[in-house]
Amino acid sequence: MILSVHGLRMGFASGFANTRKVLVAVDAIDFTVRAGETLALLGESGCGKSATALSLLRLLPPTGRILGGEVNFSGSELLQLPETEMRAVRGGGMAMIFQEPATSLNPVLTVGRQIGEVLERHLALSGEAVRRRALELLDAVGIADAPRRLNEFPFQLSGGMKQRVMIAVALAGKPKLLIADEPTTALDVTIQAQILDLLRRLQAEHGMGMLLITHDLGVVAQMAHRVGVMYAGEIVEEAPRDIFFASPRHPYTQKLFAALPDLTRRGGRLETIAGQVPALSAMPSGCRFAERCPYAWPRCRDEAPAWYDAGSGQRVRCHLLAEPGRAVALAPDLAAAALARPAADVALLAVQDLRVHFPIRRGVLQRTVGHVKAVDGVSLELMRGRTLALVGESGCGKTTVGKAILQLIKPTGGKAQLEGRELSVLSRRELRPLRRRMQMIFQDPFASLNPRLAVGEIIGEGMSALGVEAQHAQRSAAIAALLQQVGLAPTSVDRYPHEFSGGQRQRIAIARALAVQPELIVCDEPTSALDVSVQAQILNLLKALQDDLGLAYLFITHNFAVVEYLAHEVAVMYLGRIVERGTVDEVLRSPRHPYTQALLSAVPNPRLDEQPEFIRLAGEMPSPANPPAGCHFHPRCPQATDVCRSAYPPTSRISATHVLRCHLYSEAE
Amino acid sequence: MLAYILRRLLYAIPILIGVNLITFALFFVVNTPDDMARMQLGVKRVTPEAIEKWKAERGYDKPLFINAGAPGVGVLTDTVLFTKSARMFVGDFGRAEDGRDIAREITSRMGPSLAIALPTFILGLFVTVSLALLLAFFRASPLDFWGVVLCVAMMSISGLFYIIGGQYLISKLWRLVPISGYSGELDAWKFLILPVLIGVISGIGSSVRWYRTIFLEEIGKDYVRTARAKGLSEVIVMFRHVLRNAMIPILTGVVVVIPLLFMGSLLTESFFGIPGLGSYTIDAISAQDFAVVRAMVFIGSVLYIVGLILTDISYTFVDPRIRFE
Amino acid sequence: MTFLPVLLWSDVLIWLLVFAAAVLGALSARNPPLRSAWRRVGRSRPGMVAATVLAAFVLVGLLDSLHYRPRLESREGDQQAVYAIEVLSVLDAVATPLRTRNEKTYSSPLATRAYAKEAIEVRAADGSLRQTRDFPRLKYGGRHLENEARRDADIARQVLVAELLATLVFAGLAVGCAALWARRNGCSVHQAGRALWRGETDFAWRAVLATLGVLLLLLLPVAALCVDYHVFGTDKVGQDVFYQILKSVRTALVIGLVTTLVMLPLAVLLGILAGYFRGWVDDLIQYLYTTLSSIPGVLLIAAAVLMMQVIIDTHPQWFATAAERADLRLLALCCILGVTSWTGLCRLLRGETLKLRELEYIQAAQAFGVADLRIILRHILPNLMHIVVIALVMDFSSLVLAEAVLSYVGIGVDPTMISFGTMINNARMELAREPLVWWSLAAAFVFMFALVLAANLLADAVRDAFDPRLAGSS
Repeated sequence: MILSVHGLRMGFASGFANTRKVLVAVDAIDFTVRAGETLALLGESGCGKSATALSLLRLLPPTGRILGGEVNFSGSELLQLPETEMRAVRGGGMAMIFQEPATSLNPVLTVGRQIGEVLERHLALSGEAVRRRALELLDAVGIADAPRRLNEFPFQLSGGMKQRVMIAVALAGKPKLLIADEPTTALDVTIQAQILDLLRRLQAEHGMGMLLITHDLGVVAQMAHRVGVMYAGEIVEEAPRDIFFASPRHPYTQKLFAALPDLTRRGGRLETIAGQVPALSAMPSGCRFAERCPYAWPRCRDEAPAWYDAGSGQRVRCHLLAEPGRAVALAPDLAAAALARPAADVALLAVQDLRVHFPIRRGVLQRTVGHVKAVDGVSLELMRGRTLALVGESGCGKTTVGKAILQLIKPTGGKAQLEGRELSVLSRRELRPLRRRMQMIFQDPFASLNPRLAVGEIIGEGMSALGVEAQHAQRSAAIAALLQQVGLAPTSVDRYPHEFSGGQRQRIAIARALAVQPELIVCDEPTSALDVSVQAQILNLLKALQDDLGLAYLFITHNFAVVEYLAHEVAVMYLGRIVERGTVDEVLRSPRHPYTQALLSAVPNPRLDEQPEFIRLAGEMPSPANPPAGCHFHPRCPQATDVCRSAYPPTSRISATHVLRCHLYSEAE
Repeated sequence: MLAYILRRLLYAIPILIGVNLITFALFFVVNTPDDMARMQLGVKRVTPEAIEKWKAERGYDKPLFINAGAPGVGVLTDTVLFTKSARMFVGDFGRAEDGRDIAREITSRMGPSLAIALPTFILGLFVTVSLALLLAFFRASPLDFWGVVLCVAMMSISGLFYIIGGQYLISKLWRLVPISGYSGELDAWKFLILPVLIGVISGIGSSVRWYRTIFLEEIGKDYVRTARAKGLSEVIVMFRHVLRNAMIPILTGVVVVIPLLFMGSLLTESFFGIPGLGSYTIDAISAQDFAVVRAMVFIGSVLYIVGLILTDISYTFVDPRIRFE
Repeated sequence: MTFLPVLLWSDVLIWLLVFAAAVLGALSARNPPLRSAWRRVGRSRPGMVAATVLAAFVLVGLLDSLHYRPRLESREGDQQAVYAIEVLSVLDAVATPLRTRNEKTYSSPLATRAYAKEAIEVRAADGSLRQTRDFPRLKYGGRHLENEARRDADIARQVLVAELLATLVFAGLAVGCAALWARRNGCSVHQAGRALWRGETDFAWRAVLATLGVLLLLLLPVAALCVDYHVFGTDKVGQDVFYQILKSVRTALVIGLVTTLVMLPLAVLLGILAGYFRGWVDDLIQYLYTTLSSIPGVLLIAAAVLMMQVIIDTHPQWFATAAERADLRLLALCCILGVTSWTGLCRLLRGETLKLRELEYIQAAQAFGVADLRIILRHILPNLMHIVVIALVMDFSSLVLAEAVLSYVGIGVDPTMISFGTMINNARMELAREPLVWWSLAAAFVFMFALVLAANLLADAVRDAFDPRLAGSS
């Protein structure tokens, strides 16, 4: 037993001096971590999992307060240690990896220096020994050309490499416990797979305990030995991994699983969790999940449930285990009936060879020396009432495609036609009537609503700009109807965005797009900033709207689970070009392009049985400013041949709908 | 990096031309030379002949922009714009009202100005950065709170009072150093010590508060948390991590003023009777000596632009992101 | 009519500012994010202390911004009303005793005799006139005293009465405030009083009341004494220093406020244009402000003021009264300060606009084809307001300080216009005298310090409340 936490409570001070109080964020949690074991703390944003990790190291932000409890770390009581001894624990006994590798490294110190200072501090190394050990560490975390990297600064490294350096820093003090706080959330799937792989390997080699903090069931399935589920500052369920995935017992955990979108749920509705996590200032006295629990009965609201042992190491904080009879009464609320897909005949949107290049200016006179080819010849078609998912890693140009189609960014070349009408040649005035027919929903619900405008004004903006419902009374009625359509109370019109949660804000954004009755909506990662349970609500809403209104979606995402659930067709992008395109079944079930295959295999699957063999991709996506010659993918492709290095592959057609660009298939033809 | 510096240098040229044109417009277009003559001669006993004589003595009798009557390139060069404005680029500032060469006067007065401004600058920077670091180190403690209160109080006091109070207390009441004056000899220190001290103290309030904000901003960043998670002591975190990063915004404000140190300080020099450029400017203002003021405006701008370029260069020392671009 | 109203240009701008503040207040009340920011300001105790002190200064400044020319006593038979050439303000009327009772020269605070010995003729006991050198009695200071020895007792009595009055007024204010609060919250006056006393109110009422109390206790005695004495002494030409202080307040306020009014449209307009349209518009505006800010501020101001002086001196026919000339020079100074200080704010707004225009709600508006002007007005400008407000309050104190320095250097306000700068400049020469003439400087120091400190504290409170980064944390 390296770490045992008992009754840990912490909170945040809030309010002005005259009304200051402490809001409890983590309430009496217990857990243990053994050597060589990974405990995953799973929870949605704001549940207190990061605060827990920082409390262990006593590294809370200025407003954070530890209110009580015991943290026993290899024999010493951390909360009682004087600060000087605590410093020996930090980095030496317990090391931490943070979520954002980009900001967690000091920008003005070299990699070697940042690793070296841990070695000097905890291993009392100096001089040449520091350098040697730092090199070994960089090798161990899989950084090629370590001697050169040692003298580089963080900004010279890619995101994945920065996280590797962070891991090297953490390992340098030979810690017994590694705390990883969402270590891969900021990374792309292929890099995430590399990092998770690395963490697993290092843990086995060093026999470290690991506390993994994550919101991703897929990561849990891959990494954890045991799982603790946090909700509103409490751990509500704890179980060994296999049992956790086989039979989750807490209603919250069950709901989390049910809310995950994937292919098996296509056509149906996703299970959602009603309501939202209670605010810190208004914690219910009984079970904290009672408000959102389908099984809740009065006892849940009055009495906070104690731990119930469910056998074989699983324990749950839920009254249902004391009164198991109540659980069966409820059938899952999965609406059946696969949707009837509207017949698709005319292409609503046709994009041909679309290009968006941004000039790179360099030198004394800022001459254009090259172009960032963000989008470099993308062609796609979208039928009325259908969903085309545009999938790719960050920086592949998928968002730029969406904005270029809507003419928010002027395309450099190619065609984008809305029902045969070429968009890129139109002036702003000529474009205006067409703007009614195509709209966009953005990624960040906090940045996509103007904080200074009331909800009614936000939704009404497009209507007034495009002359929809010119009459005041009619417009108010229309806005009220829209709010109802997206599941918000009509009384919301006079309220302001800050009064709404992330999911509700995304509903407002959807209502704003719907207000002008468009036929095509470009959805730019509309759920990537949301928690799983809220994501399910939004996906259900989008699906229902498509069924009711016959909308066509261009759905930009990096999340394959969402693609499986929502899309009809998929296009996979790599470095500004579409490398594979086809129906969902074709692309996701039998991917042909090595990149698609690797991408799919890298997605951590939240089920234990189905994880395919992970295809390791070397390196990261190169910069679109100077893409590799030949096939853009060849430097990372495990099956690359000479021809891949010299020529970009032509289009190969596997079936009427399944198209890809890869030399492996052009030869077969 | 070379291209970067070269680009900044090239960018300075249009700005200098702009500054030159602005000063020209201010001094010759807003008011005509005739107006200036009338003002200088006194409105009452002004005659057309006196005005013409006044203008001719100073070379203001030429056309402003184009001298159609002049031969050859003289069309452009034999004008007020060229002789009074464009020639400033080569260091020709003309003569002051008292007939002395302005350029020579400026070079001889730079020394005393620098003798005050440079120690004030260096000592001030050292003191304020140290104090700010101290407050940031003890952030959210009573020391920090009262330190900030003191800073706000100190920055609410006019610079004039620092000088008046300092002169009264130290020179008049305690008679420690002479109240004013200057010497080019070795004993200059006794004239310099008071103005330098006052210069440092009067700058403490606003600078300490500003630097403290910068430090606190850096302390809130993720990499500081990483450094603490390594088990480093707070002192090492402050000096190795926070100070290095905070130097970038601090340099922005500090390096710019280094060349301007040559210009001296208007207030200090006039109060302490230092024969530097600051008092030169003040005297010129009260004597309404347009030529001197015009020269000082131009030199000030040139020095400021040099400061901007120095700032850009200094970034390459503290910020590897620019050094390796 | 017994007077002729005079509207100086600076008066127009001052009242325009009052109007603008009222409009801003109304707008903020309707907009919840702004309203909550102002509420945070109201909760800050140092902020409210500062605001109360500033309100006192502003009151003096506003009284001094209602100008008129009094009607001269017309001789019999004169039909035409004749108005004095002298322009007075309501403050001058209120402070008539201060303004008119000029001594010959220096006198120390509360003195009954002048500061310098003079040859005076004294009638000796035998009735003969004798020349002696002594401190002469003042013409006005302590004139009502028959026996100079009773001066201290007289002062003590007057102070005591004033303090009693101050206590009474304060008690009335406190009870009134409690009653108001009680009515709004539907509780008893007693409870309200206790909440106020403990500082449990959302708005920092306790801080406001305490400041008012201190102000009353300090200022009522001064007001009482200033009728019979020169509370802060007199200056070289015998003018009451307290009167000069009161007059300086308006000058400081005009410099601090009107300047921002001048630079604000310029900075906001150009900053937004540069950030929103980018491209050549941005290049041009950046060139403009880099060039302007390259010229060291003091020198640019010096050059501009010199040129303005030439204009004023060569066109004496433009000004009907000396007050008008001084006023125009003050305004010109504000303009010059404004032109030299807009660049900082402009740069800030440009940067922020660059960030804002990439935000998704702006792109959403663009996706609806909303016109650029409308996007700027609806989406960009409101989201820059906090920066503008912070810049306004932060600039005020530095401008007040700058006025003093500029006036000292000789490029500030008109020498005939009373301001903190001219007061210090005049008093500086007196420092060399032996014994020391200290009161003019001390009075200027104390009041200027109070004004600037209050402005700085309020600026801090406003910044804390409006800065989104800081506002999130508290």
